[in-house]
Amino acid sequence: MTTAPVTNPQPRGAQRPRTIRFRIERCDGPGKPARWEAFDVPVEPGANVISCLQWIAANPVTIEGKRTTPVVWDSGCLEEVCGACTMRVNGRVRQSCTALIENLLAAGVTEVTLQPMSKFPVVRDLFVDRQRFFNDLKRAKAWVPIDGTYNLGAGPREKPADQAERYVLSTCMTCGCCLDACPQYKKEEDAKEWDQSFVGAAVISQVRLFNEHPTGAALKPERLDFMASIGGVSDCGNAQNCVKVCPKEIPLTESIAAIGRAVSIHRIKQFFGVRD
Amino acid sequence: MAASKNQRVIVVGGGLAGLAATVRIAESGIPVDLFSIVPVKRSHSVCAQGGINACNEVARQQGYSEHEHFDESIYGGDFLAHQPPVYEMAHWAPQIIDLLDRMGVPFNRTQEGYRDLRLFGGSLYKRTHFAGATTGQQLIYALDEQTRRWEAEGMVAKYEHWEFLWPVVSDDGVCRGIVAQDLRTMQVRAFRADAVIMATGGNGLVFGKSTNSVVCTGAAAARCYQAGARYANGEFIQVHPTAIPGADKLRLMSESARGEGGRVWVPAVKGADGKWGKHPDPSRDPRQVPENERYYFLEERYPKYGNIVPRDIATREIFNICMEGLGVFGGNMVYLDLTHLGREYLERKLLGIIEIYRKFVGEDPADVPMRIFPGVHYTMGGLWTTYTPKPDLKGMVPGAPNSMMCSIPGLYAFGEVNYQYHGANRLGANALLSCIFDGLFCGRGVVNHVKNASRAAADEPQSIYDGVVKQEEARVKRLAESKGAENPYHIGRELGEEMTAASTVVKSGPRLEQAMSKLAELRERYARIGVDDPSGWTNQNLAHARAVGDMLAMADVILRGGLERRESRGSHYRTDFPERDDARFLKTTVAEWDGASKSAKISFEPVETGLVQPRARTYGKVEGEAGKKPAAQPVSV
Ligand SMILES: Cc1cc2nc3c(=O)[nH]c(=O)nc-3n(C[C@H](O)[C@H](O)[C@H](O)COP(=O)(O)OP(=O)(O)OC[C@H]3O[C@@H](n4cnc5c(N)ncnc54)[C@H](O)[C@@H]3O)c2cc1C
Ligand code: SF4
Ligand code: SF4
Ligand code: FES
Repeated sequence: MTTAPVTNPQPRGAQRPRTIRFRIERCDGPGKPARWEAFDVPVEPGANVISCLQWIAANPVTIEGKRTTPVVWDSGCLEEVCGACTMRVNGRVRQSCTALIENLLAAGVTEVTLQPMSKFPVVRDLFVDRQRFFNDLKRAKAWVPIDGTYNLGAGPREKPADQAERYVLSTCMTCGCCLDACPQYKKEEDAKEWDQSFVGAAVISQVRLFNEHPTGAALKPERLDFMASIGGVSDCGNAQNCVKVCPKEIPLTESIAAIGRAVSIHRIKQFFGVRD
Repeated sequence: MAASKNQRVIVVGGGLAGLAATVRIAESGIPVDLFSIVPVKRSHSVCAQGGINACNEVARQQGYSEHEHFDESIYGGDFLAHQPPVYEMAHWAPQIIDLLDRMGVPFNRTQEGYRDLRLFGGSLYKRTHFAGATTGQQLIYALDEQTRRWEAEGMVAKYEHWEFLWPVVSDDGVCRGIVAQDLRTMQVRAFRADAVIMATGGNGLVFGKSTNSVVCTGAAAARCYQAGARYANGEFIQVHPTAIPGADKLRLMSESARGEGGRVWVPAVKGADGKWGKHPDPSRDPRQVPENERYYFLEERYPKYGNIVPRDIATREIFNICMEGLGVFGGNMVYLDLTHLGREYLERKLLGIIEIYRKFVGEDPADVPMRIFPGVHYTMGGLWTTYTPKPDLKGMVPGAPNSMMCSIPGLYAFGEVNYQYHGANRLGANALLSCIFDGLFCGRGVVNHVKNASRAAADEPQSIYDGVVKQEEARVKRLAESKGAENPYHIGRELGEEMTAASTVVKSGPRLEQAMSKLAELRERYARIGVDDPSGWTNQNLAHARAVGDMLAMADVILRGGLERRESRGSHYRTDFPERDDARFLKTTVAEWDGASKSAKISFEPVETGLVQPRARTYGKVEGEAGKKPAAQPVSV
């Protein structure tokens, strides 16, 4: 195989500038001050924010000609399926691997600013700690309580329409865009505050996903107790920012409404001592 | 000795293989320490698109069977795989699908609510189960959820953002722990364990750009190999026929696109002699090209399998078409056409990949044929492992403690890092299966190894752990203080370019020799690198530089294996030895690290082929032998 394709399958657009300026909000670690650094990065065909960060890692020299440390960031799949690379690109939270420079330029952008997510503690530069999110999945009991891994035959049959609904909910990649954009979701530096603070749309949607599964529904009462507690579904202010930024287009507001209703019914049933 | 309270197992890697093993072992009552560079839910397995194979009732009633699945996999792998493990895996496959179904994986459904099936490469039966075109994501989520459940029960401790550095081996030669580094605090620490499972995936990044995730450097396997574990079949690397090139990676367009009816073609004109030649206007809009000027070369050359010939064959055919100058725009691309299938069908069955193409290329595959080219995809080779065959060779003995154990006892290799199952070429949708099979079937073997152990890791002297910690701290210090002029990123990139040019679709002795000299140059330059980041906090620069060193060691294994294997088989095609040579090379390539020369010693050992005898592998090709048409060595390398 030759080293590079002769023609690149990117649409051939108008002549673009040879380099693009990146302004990056940096921070050396927890408790350290934030600072800005700028880099001019040559734009390859098909370049995205990640390939530009890779270029900066190999050539960590600012526009002032100062040699600096390579920028730290998080990524994995580079095709918007692992959820790792979330950051704020020109102020908007999104996956950076699908942030194609070509598209940013076409939208009239002349500089790219990169900032870490705003609701999670910064580990370093653009790399944040989303442990709280995974912890909330544990609190939500977001799993199907199977009997074990031994051979017990097939799972329940399912209508294609039900599968389609569960599939969409199940594509949530724990990227946290919906949390970062939510006015009700608060940054918590202290893990002790985690269970007092709003869990956010993604976790609510996972509760819906597992409540909808015939075996998963066994834990529905516990999940709804969790949703009815402090930081649960009633903390949602219905601002709908979440659904606008979800890269997987998960119907988050539908999930919030569904779980809101389920919690009300759950409360009434609890009041009358009926089990779900 | 029964499993005692303080016995533990370490699993390194939280992809499908690592998570399946974790769940199985935790369930049997032994606590697991699970290490992963990335949060396990973000492991590379999320990228898998197409599906997972297993015999099923519909296929069975049309004449398919577990035995047929086994035979296809052996034939697809050009007979290089040990047969008993493949036999066991094929027979286990249906219950693995059932289990995943019980875990809640949203498999696509038929109108009656049964699991839907699709066609995949190397088979004439629909036997691939799928969840949209993001099957890997859905499977790993199911296993991640079960792992989280065991974590909540206190049976699993996760060490995410930790990197495995080196195995710890006791004086009796048994692995009893690891040394790892926290990639945030940069602390280097030893962990004791009564067994260690490597489930660290493949090594696509050795080739620079590939379809793999950014952590797939193969460094973990390379470290075990440098610590004395044998490495097998390194030269067998799968190049997937259909990827889209990008600046940072090659993005896969799953085989399911062809399984669902996608057709591969190039614009061409058919001469009076019936031969296809260059189209006078190769850059014209594909939608304007009339049917009689479309050369469906796979369908013409392989009337039986058509577009779903196995990957090694499809890749070589696409490569040759481009070398003959028939590529789209006269370049290195062919069309993968889905436009005839209809938007509704595509979105229902293939949405995941359709979106990738829309996002990264900016065109809609429902309207315009996709432009694709082969890309490095899967590591068939891996850590050498053993197993206990049943006396009649039909499968493996369940629970045998040596199930997929490395040449270092107590160290196991599961999933893509294991060299078993796929021989010289993996069939599509068999990888997810082999990962989960390893975890579940061989996980039981690990439990028995732990329960039968005569010594416990908890009683080993602290000195053996401290020794390895010192070794690794010294390496970290050396890297952190390196101030040479060579840039590790440039070395990594040059390595990838050279490996792609010399050791992928088409290889030859002289070209591999040339790559060996380039590798020697890169290793010499690597000794003079400089690391820009002196920080002792979340230093990715250092971790990258360290992995580059391990990738150089792995490249040596791949190139030397390729040189010594003077034949063509599966993904390994040599222009100077274009035929398969069973007499000399129906053998596993074994690489052992030689500390003195800092390179691999290659030997060959027999393969267990007692169930199906090797036969010619043509896939019904008309004219000549399958995919073995000699191609000229690419000019620009
Ligand atoms: C784009 C794409 C599509 C695919 N589609 C299919 C398909 O449809 N069907 C199919 O069967 N197969 C498919 N495959 C192949 C399949 O996805 C992989 O073979 C499989 O997922 C590998 O799983 P694994 O568990 O072995 O490793 P991975 O999922 O690669 O996980 C490796 C784990 O090891 C960890 N790790 C690595 N190094 C270290 C270290 N030094 N220290 C600590 N942790 C470490 C990582 O963090 C990760 O958790 C596809 C592959 C690709 C690239
Ligand atoms: S709808 Fe609720 S969860 Fe979504 S952004 Fe608004 S407050 Fe947050
Ligand atoms: S719901 Fe959407 S935005 Fe929120 S974490 Fe999941 S994928 Fe990301
Ligand atoms: S790198 Fe996986 S979502 Fe962007």
